[in-house]
Amino acid sequence: MSTARLETLLRAAFPDAAELDVADRTGGGDHFQVAVTSPRFNGLPLLEQHRLVNEALADPLADGTIHELRIKTRGTE
Amino acid sequence: MSELRETIQQVIENEPVALFMKGTPQFVMCGNSERALRALREAGAPVTAVDILPDPRIRQELSALSGWPTIPQVFVRGELIGGADIVEELAATGDLERTLQEKLGADYREGEPAGRVVDVLAA
Repeated sequence: MSTARLETLLRAAFPDAAELDVADRTGGGDHFQVAVTSPRFNGLPLLEQHRLVNEALADPLADGTIHELRIKTRGTE
Repeated sequence: MSELRETIQQVIENEPVALFMKGTPQFVMCGNSERALRALREAGAPVTAVDILPDPRIRQELSALSGWPTIPQVFVRGELIGGADIVEELAATGDLERTLQEKLGADYREGEPAGRVVDVLAA
């Protein structure tokens, strides 16, 4: 899977993201690191912030396309 | 509810700190599981580990119960805390130790040493 497809999914889920970065950690297309800064995270506990990212990537997570995912989220406040 | 799901739920509810991971604390099979385990150990958490690798149904039933898609998953007193990134971030800010103290009591470090393993298939 390409980082571009992940980025498209995240962009759709967080259209107002101030920062959105997807990195392929190993170059193999299955170990990813994503960083999202969005006002949607403001005031949310970390668990809920990560849940929103997991939901945005639900399909590639469920079908095993993403083997490993690292998430970094930030609010804008 | 399937027997396996019930066993997993019992582990989540009954163990002070439950870590569902790939491999065991003695033989970790995944970088993220390693990171979660290390953060918990450094916080002095009395970890009970469950290896999800022996049977794909373990992960399926776990994610159905928790609503969380990835491994590892850390629970404290039955409540999902998060995966490796969250546990590491909470450890870095001191929130992990605060959560452990709140939920397990100030003397939580005197509990069982980290590294107990429960086989959910054998139950």
